Amino acid sequence: MAGLPALGDRAGAAPSHGPLSTALKLSDASIALGGRRILERLALEVGRGEFVAVLGPNGAGKSTLMRAILGLVPLQAGEAMVLGTRPAQARSAIGYLPQRRSFDQSVRVRGVDLVTLGLDGARWGLPIGLSASARARRRAERTKVREMIELVGAGAYAQRPIGQLSGGEQQRLLIAQALVRDPELLILDEPLDSLDLPNQAAVAGLISRICTSSGVTVLLVAHDVNPLLGYIDRVIYLAGGRALSGPVDEVITATKLSRLYGAPIEVLRTADGRLVVVGTPEAPHHHGDRHEHP
Amino acid sequence: MTSTFSLNPISDVNQLLTFQFMRSALEAGTIVAVLAAVAGWYMVLRRQAFAGHTLSVMAFPGATGAALAGLPTALGYYVACSAAAVAMGRTAATSRPRTAAGYSNETASIGTVQTVGLAAGFLFLSLNHAVLGGPETLLFGTFLGITGGEVITLLVVALAVLALLGVISRPLLFASVDPEVARARGVPVTALDVLFLLLLGLAIAAASQITGALLVFALLVAPPAAAQQLTMRPLLGLCLSVAFALVVVWLGLGIAYFSIYPVGFYTTTVATALYVLARLARRLA
Repeated sequence: MAGLPALGDRAGAAPSHGPLSTALKLSDASIALGGRRILERLALEVGRGEFVAVLGPNGAGKSTLMRAILGLVPLQAGEAMVLGTRPAQARSAIGYLPQRRSFDQSVRVRGVDLVTLGLDGARWGLPIGLSASARARRRAERTKVREMIELVGAGAYAQRPIGQLSGGEQQRLLIAQALVRDPELLILDEPLDSLDLPNQAAVAGLISRICTSSGVTVLLVAHDVNPLLGYIDRVIYLAGGRALSGPVDEVITATKLSRLYGAPIEVLRTADGRLVVVGTPEAPHHHGDRHEHP
Repeated sequence: MTSTFSLNPISDVNQLLTFQFMRSALEAGTIVAVLAAVAGWYMVLRRQAFAGHTLSVMAFPGATGAALAGLPTALGYYVACSAAAVAMGRTAATSRPRTAAGYSNETASIGTVQTVGLAAGFLFLSLNHAVLGGPETLLFGTFLGITGGEVITLLVVALAVLALLGVISRPLLFASVDPEVARARGVPVTALDVLFLLLLGLAIAAASQITGALLVFALLVAPPAAAQQLTMRPLLGLCLSVAFALVVVWLGLGIAYFSIYPVGFYTTTVATALYVLARLARRLA
């Protein structure tokens, strides 16, 4: 089937197409949603193998930008190159974890089946191997699914219904689902959302390890940069329709953020190295379900 | 020969198979069971029981409308069910945001389709009371009056629907449990929403000519729901669902043969009993 990468042949291999060092390039890209312009003339570049956090207040267009990179939202103007091609064409090489609350209690699907769907869910035809080669492929796929579940440390609960797992356990299985096709780009939309602090640190560390070991490029949307400090290479900060990009220390500063927001912003650093952004126009306790710890 | 129940199962089965009408009923019932169990498994998984119920009600205006227009009743079933499926699929597709409000919207539009269908069916029936025996047959089935030709038609429709369901089995499962990721992976989620309702509509149209509009629903819901209580594995669940549906139909027909009461009562009772037992088994496990 076209666009289906062979199993397990990508780890450590050189990227197969496009400019070798660029995973994502936006030039003058504008995105509108329901007639309202959300992002204005963005110019961004993300290198291959980079671990990038996408930050910004709610409604800044973080999820919309991710959906545009997947080709699910069209650009109103400008250009986007994803893995050396047009967004929609790159989809088969992208692992995606959308923003969502979670699966509810009554969802009677096992974690392992959800991960398997990440591998073969888009394939037409019966899931039964009739020829010898089809059976061999199904065996290889089962092994792959098992490996991914081990990689994210979900072996103990992958056979249980996903709706009955904790937020952290669900998130690990969903990361396995996004990784199971050996993507070149991993887009994770708020994977730390709804996790408690130890789980946030553990999942951030896990993603960082995967990024380093397999060379996958990671775009991780987050509400708070602190659990990611020490892991990420760069941040993209969205606010007021515009974007800033660069290392954490260069982007999250009072001057840069004040200019981005068009309002006076202060950035404080606590004794243990945490960053606190003060004065953003967004009300801090707008979302009761999020773990904010400024 | 009178139908008398003995304690010897072989003689009972021989007795059952003596008559052509009983053989046709068993053949048709077997086809219906497999078809309803597979389509119903996806319906229960997708939580579209309300849409399924509406589609089975559509057989009523379909049949009465066709009789009024002087067309074959079967044609009425297929046209009404697939038209309603497409109408519901289109509204669902356009109002399918990720909010709870969107779902209530979908339910409201399905409810509207159902009411309009019932009202139209009643109108057609009162305009044309002489031709049809009455609403009982349409609602509760004519299991024991099936001809060989009808069995062939049923088989053709069932094979077509099952073949298509086989082709879309995995993308449909993906779109049902994880629509957003499926869409990002290039699965045509919206088209599958409509296509599935259409296949469900065709399955219901085919099955309800035999079981009646109301009893087809028992066959669509209870066996898959019981299977999903017992296993989370998709393939095993589908097989269990088919097995349960076969038990329901065969037992229902078998008991009805030796009794004076209608088939539908027995199939529904067996189906309900299976579901209750499956729930109990899961609670005890």
